[in-house]
Amino acid sequence: MPKFEYAPAPESRAIVTIEKSYGLFIDGAFTRPKATFPTINPADETVLAEVSQAGPKDVDKAVAAARRAYEGVWGRMSGAERGKYLFRIARILQERAREFAVLETLDNGKPIKETRDVDVPVAAAHFFYHAGWADKLEYAGLSASGADVPRPHGVVGQVIPWNFPLLMLAWKIAPALATGNTVVLKPAETTPLSALLFAEVCQQADLPAGVVNIITGDGRTGQALVEHPDVDKIAFTGSTDVGKAIARSIAGTAKKATLELGGKAANIVFDDAPIDQAVEGIISGIFFNQGQVCCAGSRLLVQENVHDQVVAKLKRRLETLRVGDPMDKNSDLGAINSKAQLDRITALVEAGVAEGAERWSPECTLPAKGYWFPPTVLTGVSQTHRVATEEIFGPVLSVLTFRTPQEAVAKANNTAYGLSAGVWTEKGSRILWMADQLRAGVVWANTFNRFDPTSPFGGYKESGYGREGGRHGLEAYVTTAPSTLTGTAR
Amino acid sequence: MVTVSTTTRTAQDLTAQARDVLGVSRLTNHALTSWLHGLPGVDQVGCEGRAAALGTRSVKTTSKAWAIDTAIGMIDLTTLEGSDTVGKVRSLCAKALVPDPLDPTTPRPAAICVYGDMVATAKAALGDSGIHVAAVATAFPSGRASMAVKLADTRDAVEAGADEIDMVIDRGAFLSGDYLTVFNQIAEVKQACGTAHLKVIMETGELVTYDNVRRASYLSMLAGGDFIKTSTGKVQPAATLPVTLIMLEAVRDWRDLTGIQVGVKPAGGIKTTKDAIKYLVMVSEVAGDDWLSPEWFRFGASSLLNDLLLQRQKLTTGAYSGADYVTID
Repeated sequence: MPKFEYAPAPESRAIVTIEKSYGLFIDGAFTRPKATFPTINPADETVLAEVSQAGPKDVDKAVAAARRAYEGVWGRMSGAERGKYLFRIARILQERAREFAVLETLDNGKPIKETRDVDVPVAAAHFFYHAGWADKLEYAGLSASGADVPRPHGVVGQVIPWNFPLLMLAWKIAPALATGNTVVLKPAETTPLSALLFAEVCQQADLPAGVVNIITGDGRTGQALVEHPDVDKIAFTGSTDVGKAIARSIAGTAKKATLELGGKAANIVFDDAPIDQAVEGIISGIFFNQGQVCCAGSRLLVQENVHDQVVAKLKRRLETLRVGDPMDKNSDLGAINSKAQLDRITALVEAGVAEGAERWSPECTLPAKGYWFPPTVLTGVSQTHRVATEEIFGPVLSVLTFRTPQEAVAKANNTAYGLSAGVWTEKGSRILWMADQLRAGVVWANTFNRFDPTSPFGGYKESGYGREGGRHGLEAYVTTAPSTLTGTAR
Repeated sequence: MVTVSTTTRTAQDLTAQARDVLGVSRLTNHALTSWLHGLPGVDQVGCEGRAAALGTRSVKTTSKAWAIDTAIGMIDLTTLEGSDTVGKVRSLCAKALVPDPLDPTTPRPAAICVYGDMVATAKAALGDSGIHVAAVATAFPSGRASMAVKLADTRDAVEAGADEIDMVIDRGAFLSGDYLTVFNQIAEVKQACGTAHLKVIMETGELVTYDNVRRASYLSMLAGGDFIKTSTGKVQPAATLPVTLIMLEAVRDWRDLTGIQVGVKPAGGIKTTKDAIKYLVMVSEVAGDDWLSPEWFRFGASSLLNDLLLQRQKLTTGAYSGADYVTID
C-alpha cells in the first residue's frame, strides 16, 4: 500500500439533471419521446436515460426545419448577427461547464479530469473562435480576390462519434453556423446526452428555431440523414468503414463531404529526445481518453539504442497511472465506452500476443462492473503484426523500433492511415525535416494530442479528407459559386 | 526525530567515486562536461505541463490530514536575516518544540535553519529534542568568497554543533563551464562537514534553464551532496514545481545508476498548505514512497508552518480559526 493514498474525491453529479427520456430536438423544440433505447454509463452499466430512435420521417422533419431556417432567417442574417449567437453559445457553455463535464463523463466513461480540463473548455473555444470569423469570411482568403464572397452550402448533415461527443459537436456546429449553414446533427448512439443538453443551450441562446436540429439514433438514422436528398453537405467523424460507405452513398450527387476517419499514428522517439517528457508524451498520446482517439499515438517508434531505457521509464511511469471511477478527480483513465469496443480491444490485443508481441500492464484493480481495460504496452511488435496496422482505439501501445531517421519515416508512413504523428528530438532541423516527410495531417513536435481551434485537423489516405478548424476548416462549409438564393449571408 | 545516516567522505574518496561513475582515469573538466552534456535534455513546455498536471490532484480528508502532518515534519524552519538575534532564534526554536500550543499531537519540524553564528544558540535551545540544527555556510547566499573562507565558514558551523550544512555552489563557475571547480568545492565542503549532512544549494533561479538544473543536480550528487536544494530564498524565482520535478527525476535516476539515495529540498516561496501538498504529490508520483520522509525530503520555509497549522486546526475542529490562533515567532 502506498504511503500517500489519495482519498476518494468524487465530483458531485447533483449539478446535472438527466431526464428519464428524451425526444428529438427539431425546429427549436423537443418532440415526444418514442421508439426509445437506453443510454448507459459505461463505468457501471446503469441506465442514464432513454433516448429516441429517429426514423426516416423524423429525419425528413429535421432536414425540412433546417431548410426553412436556412432560407427564412439564418442564411439571410448578417455575419455580425450570427457571430453574436455563437458568442452567446460559447459563454453559456463556459457558464454551464461543470454540468457538461459531469454529463459527458457519465455518458462516455472518460475521467472528469479530462471533460473538465479538455472537452468542455476546448468546445467553448471552438465557438469563440468561429464566432470571430462569422463577419470576416470575405477576408479568410477562401475565394480569389475580386470573386464573389464565400457563401454557405445550405443544410449540413453531421454525424459524430462517441469518443469526444461534445467536442466533436462543437467542431462540427461552430464552423457550420459561423458560415451561415443550418445543421442536422446526429450524435453517436452510445453518447447522445451532451448533444441533447446542447439543444437546451440553443434554446437558452434564443437561436432561431431549426438552425440546429439534433436527432438521436443508431447507424440507420445516420444513413437516412446522409442519404437525404435535401442535405447539401455531409460532415462525418468516425470509423473508416462508415466513412467509405458515406463516400459511396453520396457519389454522383451534388453533396459535398468532409470525412475525418481512423488513424494509426506513429509517435517517434529519437535517442536525443528529452526522455522524461517523451515518456509523458507517449502516455498522453495513447492513454488520453483511454486511447479512444483517432489521432492517438498508438505506434511508438523508438530508436533502437534507447528502446530499453524508454520502455523501462514508461513502465515505471505507468505504475502511477490511476485507473478507476471516472467521476473521481484523481482518475487518469476511465471506462471503455461500450461493450462492443471493449470486445474489439480485447480481441486485437489477443491477436497481437498470438502473433508474438509481449504484453505488459501495470498492476491495477479494475472495477467489477462496467467496461474496463488496463493500460497495456505491447513490446516486440513488428510492422506485419495486426496491432501495428489496425486501429485498436483503446489504451494499448504497440512498441516498434527503428535505426535511422529514414527508417523512422518509412515505418511511420507505412500505414493505410495518415492522421497524425509525433516527433521527439532536441534537434530542431530534424523536426522540420520529419514534418516535411511524414504523410500525416498533424505532426506534433515534442508534444502530443494538442488541440486548438486555430489549427486545422484532418488526414491523409484512409484517415479521410477535408480539414476542420482554423481558416482551412471554414473552406468545407462555404462555396464561392454564385448563390441561387437572393440575399444570403455576407 | 529525524534519522540521518552519517558518513564521512574525503574529497579523494569522492573524486575516486566520480571517476568510477564516469568511467574515466582522471577527473577533468572535459570529462565532466561530456558527462553532464550527455544527459537527456529537458523540454521546457513538457516539464512545466507535467508539473502543472500533478498540481491538479485532489487531496482531501484523510489524505490531506496525512499530508499536513508529513509536511510539518519535513520543514526546515528557517530564519536567515541580517537582523537575526539570539532572541529571534530562541523564539523560533520554541516554536519548533511546540508548534501548536493548542494541540500537543502536532508533529515537530525536522530542523531549524540559521546562519553559522546562531548554531550554538539554536543547539542550546533545542537540547536533546531531536530537532536538527542546519546552518547555511560557504559565504551564503552568493558564495563569492575564497575556498579558504568557505571551508572555515563550514568548519565553524560544524564545530558549533550543526547537524546539517546548507552550502551554495559557485554559480559563476558553473555558468562559465568550470564544472571541475564546482565539483571540487562541493567535495571539499563535504569533507569539512565530517559527519554533518550536506545540502547543496544550486540557486536554480540563477541557473535559469532546466537543462542547467539537471546538470547541476547530477554534479552535486556526484560530488557527494546528501541533499540537493533549489534556492537560498534570496533570489527570485526560488523553488518552483517544475524545478523540483527535474530534481526529483535526478535523484530517482541517480539511485538507479549508483545505488545511492540523495534527498531533495525545495526552499523559498512555499507558503501555503496547498503548495506543500502539490510538492508531496510530486515526490510520491515522481520519486516514489522512498522519498516521503524528512530523511529524504525537506521544505525550506518560514511562513509555511503557520498555514499548515491553520489547516490542521480546520481539519481537527471543523472550523477555520484565523491568523491570531497561530503564533508569530
